[in-house]
Amino acid sequence: MCLGIPGKIKEIFEINNIKMGKVDYSGVEVEVCLEATPEAKVDEYVIVHAGFSISRLSEDEANETLTLLQEIDEMNQKEHNQ
Amino acid sequence: MISKNKYQDRTLVQRAIQEIKDTVTQKWSIMEICGGQTHAFMHYGLNDLLPEEIELIHGPGCPVCVTSLELVDKAIAIASHEEVIFTSYGDMLRVPGSEKDLFSVRASGGDVRVVYSPIEALRIAHQNPDKQVVFFGIGFETTAPANAISVIKAREQGLDNFSMLVSHVRVPPAIHAILSSPMNKVQAFLAAGHVCAVMGLKEYKPIAEKYKIPITATGFEPLDLMLGILQTVRMLENDQHQVKNAYPRAVKYEGNIQAQTIISETFIECDRQWRGIGLIPMSGWKLRPEFQTFDAEFRFKVDHIQTRESEVCISGLILQGQKKPFECPAFREICTPQNPLGATMVSSEGACAAYYRYGKESYG
Repeated sequence: MCLGIPGKIKEIFEINNIKMGKVDYSGVEVEVCLEATPEAKVDEYVIVHAGFSISRLSEDEANETLTLLQEIDEMNQKEHNQ
Repeated sequence: MISKNKYQDRTLVQRAIQEIKDTVTQKWSIMEICGGQTHAFMHYGLNDLLPEEIELIHGPGCPVCVTSLELVDKAIAIASHEEVIFTSYGDMLRVPGSEKDLFSVRASGGDVRVVYSPIEALRIAHQNPDKQVVFFGIGFETTAPANAISVIKAREQGLDNFSMLVSHVRVPPAIHAILSSPMNKVQAFLAAGHVCAVMGLKEYKPIAEKYKIPITATGFEPLDLMLGILQTVRMLENDQHQVKNAYPRAVKYEGNIQAQTIISETFIECDRQWRGIGLIPMSGWKLRPEFQTFDAEFRFKVDHIQTRESEVCISGLILQGQKKPFECPAFREICTPQNPLGATMVSSEGACAAYYRYGKESYG
């Protein structure tokens, strides 16, 4: 249960006054509670833990994660050129 | 489009590993707090790819493992009531209590059901108004918003046949406990990315400053894990004691404010017993007094539980990073996932289960 798994919101609805969403994990669709990320929209990615969305994934910052590797590349490139 | 594959890309992971190798100059002991990360390291074989200078110490971040024996026994006592439908995440069913586990309650005719989330337990309560539905609310900060919302909704909906046996634990007090132990050898932490997604990073700054250790919020994909290690090793090598974020696509410095608000409306901090470790002050959450009627311990009056722990199992030392699973005489001999002596062999996040599954039998 303990991995936060990212999935894409396909649909948003309510059951018993609880905000829910249908979330797609590469083809497998699961019902997820969206109460902790109420601003999440269809087609956005959320991290889901034990049936609850706990965080919206940021596309921009997803790319920033790779900045560290780009830095490495640049360093290696410099060494290579020297 | 956020591609999951990017974070599993072999070339990128190898580049990160090479950079770790180029950065490291001496031995370092790094603890990954989260049991999910322990399994991810082994599942992808990443621990074998790291330079030998880096020792990964597996932390107590497995809620199934650290849920106290007393609460497991209370769960068994409550689940044995005839009018109760007891609901839980699947892993808890095989965790040994003093005399039996929840599975054996089910085998004796008890109505014990595995659910994917507490919302399912609420649904079962709606569908069974003549039964008492109890959810075993275990977990760290990641499951707290879910459990809190369930209790809030139960109250809103007047669901008086729903209650929760709460066993919430929190990461920062556990880090304090590990670092203040005289036996401690941990020099840096990978903080669990999903916990930080909920709570943010601010709780970790005072810890990094007080104990002069680096802490890096880290995700779960191979590249996330290696970038977490790389950031940590860079800080260690440069004698920096900061909190860094190697999982920025999910973790914001302030965390998920909405989730934190829901948690603080529902829970208050309390002392908590950790199985195998003992009492850690203010390391848990319990329901606020205004939610007492939804507290299964209050509803079922399960006091006076006498507990008895296995004498052979060393899961407490494993959870504190002081022993490895293969150092336990029972490991793989009399303790297996099919017949576990301790919770660390049961859970899909337990270190013993990871070592068993991925065949790790020795150092190196």
